[in-house]
Amino acid sequence: MAEVVLVVQGGTVVDATGTRMADVAINDDGSIAAVGPDLDVPAGARVLDATGCTVAPGLVDLHAHLREPGGEEAETIESGSRAAALGGYTAVVAMPNTSPAIDSAAVVRQVQELGAKALCDVFPAGTITVGREGTRLSPMAEMADLGVRLFTDDGSGVADSRLMRRALEYASALGVTLAQHCEDPALSAGGHMHEGEWSGRLGIPGQPAAAEELMVARDIALSRLTGAPIHLLHLSTAGSVDLVRAAKADGVAVTAEAAPHHFTLTDEACASYDPVFKVHPPLRTSDDVAAVKAGLADGTIDAIATDHAPHPVEAKEAPFDQAPPGMLGLETALALALGELDLPIESVLALLSWQPARIAGIEDRHGGPVAEGRPANLCVIDPQVTWTVDPGALASRSRNTPYAGRTLTGRVRHTILGGVPVVIDQEAQR
Amino acid sequence: MRDLLSIVDLGVDGIEEVLRLTDSFVEVSERRIPKVPTLRGKTVVSLFYEDSTRTRLSFESAAKRLSADTMNFSVSTSSVKKGESLRDTVLTIEAMGVDAIVVRHGSAGVPWQIAQWVDAAVINAGDGWHEHPTQALLDCYTIRERLLARRGDGSFAGLSVAVVGDVKHSRVARSDILALTTLGADVTVVAPPTLLPPGVASWPVTVSHDLDDVLPKVDVVMLLRMQVERQDEALLPSLREYTATYGLTRERARLLGDDALVMHPGPMNRGVEIAAEVADDPRSTIVRQVANGVAVRMAVLFLLLGSGSEAHG
Repeated sequence: MAEVVLVVQGGTVVDATGTRMADVAINDDGSIAAVGPDLDVPAGARVLDATGCTVAPGLVDLHAHLREPGGEEAETIESGSRAAALGGYTAVVAMPNTSPAIDSAAVVRQVQELGAKALCDVFPAGTITVGREGTRLSPMAEMADLGVRLFTDDGSGVADSRLMRRALEYASALGVTLAQHCEDPALSAGGHMHEGEWSGRLGIPGQPAAAEELMVARDIALSRLTGAPIHLLHLSTAGSVDLVRAAKADGVAVTAEAAPHHFTLTDEACASYDPVFKVHPPLRTSDDVAAVKAGLADGTIDAIATDHAPHPVEAKEAPFDQAPPGMLGLETALALALGELDLPIESVLALLSWQPARIAGIEDRHGGPVAEGRPANLCVIDPQVTWTVDPGALASRSRNTPYAGRTLTGRVRHTILGGVPVVIDQEAQR
Repeated sequence: MRDLLSIVDLGVDGIEEVLRLTDSFVEVSERRIPKVPTLRGKTVVSLFYEDSTRTRLSFESAAKRLSADTMNFSVSTSSVKKGESLRDTVLTIEAMGVDAIVVRHGSAGVPWQIAQWVDAAVINAGDGWHEHPTQALLDCYTIRERLLARRGDGSFAGLSVAVVGDVKHSRVARSDILALTTLGADVTVVAPPTLLPPGVASWPVTVSHDLDDVLPKVDVVMLLRMQVERQDEALLPSLREYTATYGLTRERARLLGDDALVMHPGPMNRGVEIAAEVADDPRSTIVRQVANGVAVRMAVLFLLLGSGSEAHG
């Protein structure tokens, strides 16, 4: 007989079914025992205060680079999962551009084993091609058997259109989704920031918006051809948003995500020559930022994904054109979404939790309604609190946040993973 | 002003001040012993990550004429080859007690990064495609010197300058355009569209693809070095076609006015962007640019490191 061991008290529950004032009681088996006003607290049960806070399904990140195996100087699954938990995430899809790449059952198992001890659930994505080399298909069935639901060569796109077509066809029998980093490598070659007025002035080689849009257009065409679903990673240009909007209106099985830096920062930031602002796809123009925001507001873009990409300090102390691309994201995404999107918290949470959970194929465990019998993967958000981003105080092993010194509003107070509080009052519990 | 990273740091007053100071250092350079004690006890290090003969020598002789000690950090003989990071290299140099670091690097923005890490004055001697402010200053000085000699008026207002060639990849072009337009000159860039920077429409310049049309109208034509690699990047069909359409050939040079100046930052590709005869034409200022380069760099070093009153000593 399950026993209530935890009660989240005094908050406002928000999930896909609506918003209501309710306490949430959680069983020792990790399931939700009851949701309702003024629940009894059994003797011995712990109480987490949620007064003035929003209690929501845990956030789900479709796109995090946890760097393990192979990049442990930048991040480990443990440190990345701690950052995730502090950011309100209970589930993270770990990108497969590790070393070795997640392109076989063996590496999937390794990541899953490390993930079992983490502060959030870790779902490895597999590669589409062996070694992300874009020449031979990865053993997708073998990885799908272990539960992998998302496949991508992220870091680069699958450039060969014929191979991408075959990958979509093959994957369609497995009930998995392919996800694309949209970038035509011939057109983007040598580019280190968005090609435009700023790159011209700064003398930094640019990559045009068209490099992304070409692959977005191609993959929409391939999804239409094969009938297989495609998820488009980190959309960053107005043209990409328009293409996806039109494709969805046509009934193409396309979903898309956008990263917080693509709706909060522009290419002008590169004028500092600080490589912390170097990211792929690059920071774009204010028109692109407006288009990404509009896409998030009207449902064209289904999810906010962090593209959390840790790099050690020394890697970002290189010249701009020699530094690796990427920014931290897990600990700042929620506050940026709440503060910058002009959307009600219900819509922000849809973009951060239940919509990405469906794309990841994990909606049975994450992002679901806060209701009796469901797994207790929850976050408790204080939407009013303000805080200043201090790179040294982040849980990530790396420091490459572009938001250092910025004051944000809204922060995760508690995170509950499988009924266990992993973050209490903004403190990770391990 | 602590550093000279960009022409933008100077503004119109700063450029004018450098040009004024340069006058006195040109005078120093023409003495029998061209040396003043102004920067005695100061140390200037040149940190060149890219090969450069004229700019490095020009800075070193400028520093020596001001009696500064000079050090030369050459990348090919240094620990950079052993994988030392840019930041570590720069902090090591600063720990030796230097007052100014003259930096040349193949990546845009490196002088900005270095200026964040050190207290010494940082002078940008060329960063990637981005800027080369002392080249622009010496170009402006050379123009003013010739104009003064010819018409007794050193004003840039209404002066018409054509910048011809690979503007996209040229730090000289970016700094020249900033300096010349800041001083009030009208600048026309002449290049095939593949060699224009993105967003050039937002620059304070006129764009042309017809050199024959532009030449009769300009007071100064500034030619940029054309690199052979550009034809391999599909930016040009061939150097031959470039010369035919954008090269300052002997025939084309006839379209220029008798008083016009022909400038080139060097090193020249004779027969590509400039015909040999044109380079040696009396209208050419190319040798004078090099001579003025030393005096301009003395002015910049003095401005950043000097105490002021000894300038004319």
